[in-house]
Amino acid sequence: MINDFHYLKPASVKEALAMYAEHDDCKIICGGQSLLIVLRQGMLAPEYLIDIKHLDELSYIKFDDKDGLRLGATTTHREIEKSDVVAKKYPALVAMEGKLASIQTRNWGTIGGNLAHADPAGDPGPVLIALKAEIKYGNSKGDKTVPLDEFFVDYFETKMEHGDLVLEVHVPAPEPKSGCAYQKFNLLDSDMGIVAAAASVALNADGTCKDARIVLGNAGPTPLRVTKAEDLLKGKKLDDKLFEEAGKIASEEAQPVADIHASEEHRRHVLGVLTKRMLKKAFEEAQKAA
Amino acid sequence: MEKQVLRFKVNGDEYEIFIHPKTLLVEAIRDHLGLTGTKRGCDTVSCGACTVMVNGFSVKSCSVLAIQCQGMEITTVEGLEKNGKLSPVQKAFLDNGAFQCGFCTPGMLISSTTFINELNGKVPSDMEIREGIEGNVCRCTGYNSIVRAIDAVAQGKYKEE
Repeated sequence: MINDFHYLKPASVKEALAMYAEHDDCKIICGGQSLLIVLRQGMLAPEYLIDIKHLDELSYIKFDDKDGLRLGATTTHREIEKSDVVAKKYPALVAMEGKLASIQTRNWGTIGGNLAHADPAGDPGPVLIALKAEIKYGNSKGDKTVPLDEFFVDYFETKMEHGDLVLEVHVPAPEPKSGCAYQKFNLLDSDMGIVAAAASVALNADGTCKDARIVLGNAGPTPLRVTKAEDLLKGKKLDDKLFEEAGKIASEEAQPVADIHASEEHRRHVLGVLTKRMLKKAFEEAQKAA
Repeated sequence: MEKQVLRFKVNGDEYEIFIHPKTLLVEAIRDHLGLTGTKRGCDTVSCGACTVMVNGFSVKSCSVLAIQCQGMEITTVEGLEKNGKLSPVQKAFLDNGAFQCGFCTPGMLISSTTFINELNGKVPSDMEIREGIEGNVCRCTGYNSIVRAIDAVAQGKYKEE
């Protein structure tokens, strides 16, 4: 049973931010694909709900060869999944979206809402961090942009404070000779990942590793970067042995919890395997890339 | 909390109802309009029994606030037939016995219809059909006949009358 709330429908982002600043006990709803579940469970019972679903000024997919990709906060998962330019420039992002929950959820749920909800099992977080994305959020006084890997603070907690609204996700233009891959491990296709791993690799002209990122999903309170394994790869000529080693580090560095779906030990094991495989896949893509 | 006016179109008919803002779309459709074809299953965005079309896109009506559908066009399972004639997907479901208990059928029909619409004439693979109904659970596990029915429509064996 959802508790009663006052429903507010701002006509613009500016008005939404003013409303948010004005009311203390207040939540933002966009697609509500995460929020309505916690409202129904009674875990949240805000006095006011501000609806931003209809604010088209935040619904866009823009790409520029220099600037990269900009996704407005109210862009739906399905719009990203179906975008030709995203498919061409960031195939890992489209592959991730195609496996996010179900078609119905992707038709209504939004990228900004997903990131603001900050579920460590969420799919977009790890991929976007692997792609070095940053996120723009703001309140009635102004906005700021932070790297996405600094945005998540704890379980369902972000750097945003009361009055802050996610505005945009920015993904830099793909580096030359780079690749990215993501896979989650689950039993049903439309489930959240029991664990997940994203990896990106960029190569130097001589084929050595220029940069790499490894980000684990549902392996701790937030999407988890395994910088120790990333450092191991940088500057080296990559091979299966290094990927195996990186997987081992990821497995050790992860902080998974045990629950009905899998034990901690099993999760660590799968995280190691996924990290190894995703690095290899990202590496092979980088080799093929222009 | 104050009630609000929701004006929307359901299966081609204009409606104006007064609802609490917390009313879910499935509640508006079933309890306010009396269209009980749409089923309320899991209530947690998992099962897909409550799937309806909003402006042509499939959504799970148990997890959409009705008030967010202001001015939008909804299609429920009751809206699939035209002039008393079943839609191609409905006919294919009948011919292929794509039912067991039938509880998932309204949601399956809507997801199948949006899937067929989005194909734009392209013939899908078996796996693509299965992915097209990924958000709908059939607890009787009668998936094969459902997939056969969708395949028959995609192959052009059923035409709109």
